[in-house]
Amino acid sequence: MQKASAIKATGGSSLFSRLREQKWLFLLMLPAFIATLLFSYGPMFGLYMAFTNYQPGGGTFFEQFFHAEFVGFKWFEYFFTTGDFYRVMRNTLATSLLTLFFGFPAPILLALMLNEARQGFFKRFVQTVSYLPHFISWVIAANIVITLLASDGMLNNLLVLLGIVKEPVAFLQNGPLFWWIIALSNMWKEMGFSAIMYLAAISAINPELYEAAKVDGASRFRQMWHITLPALRPTIVILGILAVGGILNAGFEQQYLLQNNTVLEYSEVIDIYAYKYGLQNSMFSYGAAVGMFKSVVAFILVVIVNRISRKVNDQALF
Amino acid sequence: MLLNRFGDHIFKLFVYLFLIIILLVTFLPFWNILVLSLNSAEDTVRGGVYFWPRALTFDSYNQIFKDSEILSGLWVTVKRTIIGAPLSVMVITMLAYPLSRRNLVGRKGWNLYFVFTMYFGGGLIPYYMVLKALHMIDTFSVFILPSLMNVFYMIIVRTFMEGLPNEIEESAKVDGASDLTIFFRIVLPLTTPVLATVGLFQAIGHWNSWFDSYAFTYRSDLKTLQAVLVKILSQFQTGGMISQTQMLANSAKRNAVSSDTIRMAATMVATLPIVLVYPFLQKYFVKGMTLGAVKS
Repeated sequence: MQKASAIKATGGSSLFSRLREQKWLFLLMLPAFIATLLFSYGPMFGLYMAFTNYQPGGGTFFEQFFHAEFVGFKWFEYFFTTGDFYRVMRNTLATSLLTLFFGFPAPILLALMLNEARQGFFKRFVQTVSYLPHFISWVIAANIVITLLASDGMLNNLLVLLGIVKEPVAFLQNGPLFWWIIALSNMWKEMGFSAIMYLAAISAINPELYEAAKVDGASRFRQMWHITLPALRPTIVILGILAVGGILNAGFEQQYLLQNNTVLEYSEVIDIYAYKYGLQNSMFSYGAAVGMFKSVVAFILVVIVNRISRKVNDQALF
Repeated sequence: MLLNRFGDHIFKLFVYLFLIIILLVTFLPFWNILVLSLNSAEDTVRGGVYFWPRALTFDSYNQIFKDSEILSGLWVTVKRTIIGAPLSVMVITMLAYPLSRRNLVGRKGWNLYFVFTMYFGGGLIPYYMVLKALHMIDTFSVFILPSLMNVFYMIIVRTFMEGLPNEIEESAKVDGASDLTIFFRIVLPLTTPVLATVGLFQAIGHWNSWFDSYAFTYRSDLKTLQAVLVKILSQFQTGGMISQTQMLANSAKRNAVSSDTIRMAATMVATLPIVLVYPFLQKYFVKGMTLGAVKS
């Protein structure tokens, strides 16, 4: 703050002269400004479509866009009154709650365990390997999951070998099981990378705390429980806010790439639904309305969770 | 105390067991794919190939490097990665620097303008309409322009720049350096590690992306490697459901028996560059992520 005012004092006081002085800075910002305007704000204005009866064909895009008949909340009502709403929301919430249930604690546990391991090659190796799935695409991850879960895949053979099941299980052809597969494969893919944040928080803990605990005769487990875990609380809260805010972001890629005709009833989450009707069936206004419903609810969720957490925990994103 | 030491040993045992399980669960699936890609197609059908190839052959890799569809996909992917990643790092850095300056006019407002897009978006259909209005559908530019900006990476770079000692900049200013000179001569060189991180993330993003190619391009010469993989994958996925003849028609160019091993080999080709690159940049991105996490 002090520095800022010092610069202000030497740089002339009038807004105009400061603007002129910073012209190069604004020029640097220009490409990012335009890209964001087009590709982030453009679609937001495009949401107007959700309130019209947009029909492609005839005239330029802008003529079609602005001359489309205004229908108000028709498409939203349509979405809520068809049976699709119930099914799509069930799938979306089931998938993301399961994903949260498995995916949220896993990196915390991994970070705690990594922290307990001795510094050395083994620890670094585990860490490096655990990042790998994060960096591959869902296309490849889906390929791996499908290979692993195939009726003659590694997992089925192991289960039969151990006598847990008699016949190979058709994992990917079982509707409700599909949600679990999404959640667990998501955990597999992101656990290692998400642990980075927690490891960073752990490394910031004052070592004297552990020394003191050792003098008091605390076991390794108790040190973890009473020192490391509480120190992670702020990070857990912040990442928790983000996770809850994204609860309608049940994903698109995983479901889209792992699904097959037998599990469509369970794999269709809100994003896939919007894509199917909006782009594949060319019901543009309807697809836009479904997508907008999702964005608005997600935004409200983030704001609410953020406010609650600020009150309860004094931790907030914004 | 003695009881504690005993407990500590049990605890240690548990820790290492847990880490070994994580290691195996992460690593084995990749290993399995590699083994399958190196096994002969006819032999794989018999099943039971998991940890080492039973009939070692490089056939599927030979086939892949003759498959025009996969080769063209590989070329598009390489092209978009080489062009897209450096350009977006440039745009992101050019934004991060002004926003890291505390005396920037309207700094709060600019930040809000960019950060808001992290929490609210228009969704897929209006986004598609924007691309259509800009005549970007079915052009190479659809791979580059929309991914130029990334607010999350911008915050990481900005946070790093804010952490640089202010004195260097101020003394340069006293010496008569302009904002541009300070940016290029002082700030950029100091920011290199974090730029490498963001560059790596963006490059991997380009390398992995399939949806834009899948949904926004129709020309076969614009299909990325991953989009071609999706096609091969879906042939396999529906393979069990539809008739054998249909499946043969689907994969007319690829032998039905070998399509499985082709799928594995293509997966390896798409994975290998990432496996080779990211461990070397690991220390940078861990540092970069950590910085971003602590501040924001």
